[in-house]
Amino acid sequence: MTVQELPGSAAAAYRPTPPPAWQPRTDPAPLLPDPEPYRVLGTEAAASADPELLLRLYAELVRGRRYNAQATALTKQGRLAVYPSSTGQEACEVGAALALEERDWLFPSYRDTLAAVARGLDPVQALTLLRGDWHTGYDPHEHRVAPLCTPLATQLPHAVGLAHAARLKGDDVVALAMIGDGGTSEGDFHEALNFAAVWNAPVVFLVQNNGFAISVPLAKQTAAPSLAHKAVGYGMPGRLVDGNDAVAVHEVLGQAVARARRGGGPTLIEAVTYRMDAHTNADDATRYRADSEVETWRAHDPIQLLERELTERGLLDDGTRQAAAQAAETMAADLRERMNADPVLDPMDLFEHVYARQTTQLREQAALLRAELDAEEEAR
Amino acid sequence: MTTAAVKPATMAQALQRAMRDAMAEDPTVHVMGEDVGTLGGVFRVTDGLAKEFGEDRCTDTPLAEAGILGTAVGMAMYGLRPVVEMQFDAFAYPAFEQLISHVARMRNRTKGGMPMPITVRVPYGGGIGGVEHHSDSSEAYYMATPGLHVVTPATVEDAYGLLRASIASDDPVVFLEPKRLYWSKAEWSPEAPAAVEPIGRAVVRRSGRSATLITYGPSVPVCMEAAQAAAAEGWDLEVVDLRSLVPFDDETVCASVRRTGRAVVVHESTGFGGPGGEIAARVTERCFHHLEAPVLRVAGFDIPYPPPMLERHHLPGVDRVLDAVARLQWEAAS
Repeated sequence: MTVQELPGSAAAAYRPTPPPAWQPRTDPAPLLPDPEPYRVLGTEAAASADPELLLRLYAELVRGRRYNAQATALTKQGRLAVYPSSTGQEACEVGAALALEERDWLFPSYRDTLAAVARGLDPVQALTLLRGDWHTGYDPHEHRVAPLCTPLATQLPHAVGLAHAARLKGDDVVALAMIGDGGTSEGDFHEALNFAAVWNAPVVFLVQNNGFAISVPLAKQTAAPSLAHKAVGYGMPGRLVDGNDAVAVHEVLGQAVARARRGGGPTLIEAVTYRMDAHTNADDATRYRADSEVETWRAHDPIQLLERELTERGLLDDGTRQAAAQAAETMAADLRERMNADPVLDPMDLFEHVYARQTTQLREQAALLRAELDAEEEAR
Repeated sequence: MTTAAVKPATMAQALQRAMRDAMAEDPTVHVMGEDVGTLGGVFRVTDGLAKEFGEDRCTDTPLAEAGILGTAVGMAMYGLRPVVEMQFDAFAYPAFEQLISHVARMRNRTKGGMPMPITVRVPYGGGIGGVEHHSDSSEAYYMATPGLHVVTPATVEDAYGLLRASIASDDPVVFLEPKRLYWSKAEWSPEAPAAVEPIGRAVVRRSGRSATLITYGPSVPVCMEAAQAAAAEGWDLEVVDLRSLVPFDDETVCASVRRTGRAVVVHESTGFGGPGGEIAARVTERCFHHLEAPVLRVAGFDIPYPPPMLERHHLPGVDRVLDAVARLQWEAAS
């Protein structure tokens, strides 16, 4: 298309003016993320980090790593249908979960079991969905952890709605919604961020950019400069953080949570990390990534990063290290033992909890199953 | 009713009144959707609610159906009772994932820990000259999803009673509003609104002995008219208004068919894979030995909802219903 030339001198005098309704709504500059992911470990800032926090993060990371290993082993034994490991991403899981107050809510994706466990959820209950005995099984209100969400990004609008409702009720509750890099391509990601910004809802969105959506690398997922840059379009700040630096994750999340709590609105945080294991035990990661890439990331391991800092500051002696390992081992043994017991299921529960009051149709079907079960029992 | 307070009211007014009463009684009831606030909805069904209850209770949301329903899920998680408007039937499709994957299942998934007391209001159906995407009848999609209630009123009184019941329900309800009946009027006393109608009960709108017309929503007036016309031919038709598609009132429907021995299911959504197939099958399974003829269906054609200039050919009208009734008689005689 060619721009129509205005005749004579008018062409030279012509200057485009903005349409009448146009006005800049927000200066985008303060919303833009810093180009480099924020880091604490290995920088001067680490020296001022609270020792107690460092040790707590360390213990949780070690426990989380062990949890991932144990759950993965349970899939090999047929005790879990599937397990999406977060090995390599423990700093995101733990750093984020510990940034929340008890009254806050967590909206995890299916990979965020560790975040849920870090909030106090029973390690076995957190695996109910993946074992296959009930779709969630735990009571979300107990630790304010929404059901682990299997569809991508659909829990994000839930987080926005809950945070909005809490604010309407006058409660200073913050919702943290976790999602992977692939999930940012989903429509619900867009709608959730837009609603959150328009409603100024107290929500924090944490994208764990672990490099791949199953096998599809980030470059094929988005053309954005970073996932954190997407925030600007919604009118909320975007932050980039080193997702393997538990202290940095905790700090950035803490700031966003505090900002949301005091009415400052939502934040989008991209944590740059790497999934060391395959997408799940059912995936073959060697088909889409090189071993050398994995090794590069192994040198940036979240536990090692923190260990180095703790050691340099003289906070990590053998006793502390062993205590963390021992606590993780105890958790794993307990998990193993309880997961190896067959869950006792009542098939009649299938008809419970579909509706508040069973429909006639479901009552009839329940009677059919009851009769079948009775017949089975008799045949035994 | 003969009291002085009784005057003509439209279905749209009854729906609006139902929301207003529910909001006044229960501070957790929140109305939300595109254009529901200042404008009062494109059909004016939410007229005045934002003014009376404030924008926090009747909220103009961004234009995004998945976002509207998805945020409603979170609000319900925190103890609110959202009433969500999907502006037109086909506009609800982007929200299907939220509806099917979360709204319908959240109670089950959490063993009852997180009920979803959400009412999704969907103006549906044709006959108003709407262009594409403004006239779909999507009830079969909703009916196929366990965990949802699906209701649709056909009268002004039911519009009030069923919407009150839906908002009060601890389970999610897809509330289908037959938009071509929005302006239908009835003598109705806003001072003493009709009783709240429990979800799941059909009603016999007209008693008869020759055959049963099983219908709901926008097709109820069509069947009533057909029944009147049929009387002239000597056919005494019973009309059952289902009101609730899920749960389904087998009892009322089957009692009627056992009395009459013949049945026609009438609705305007497509016949293939449509609600009529399920209804006919249920009736056949339960009333086979009482039937004098196969259960017939009169439905919309199995085509995308037609452009407005042709919709009258698609929508089941009185003549098509009467033709089916005639076929019933023939089948019985052969």
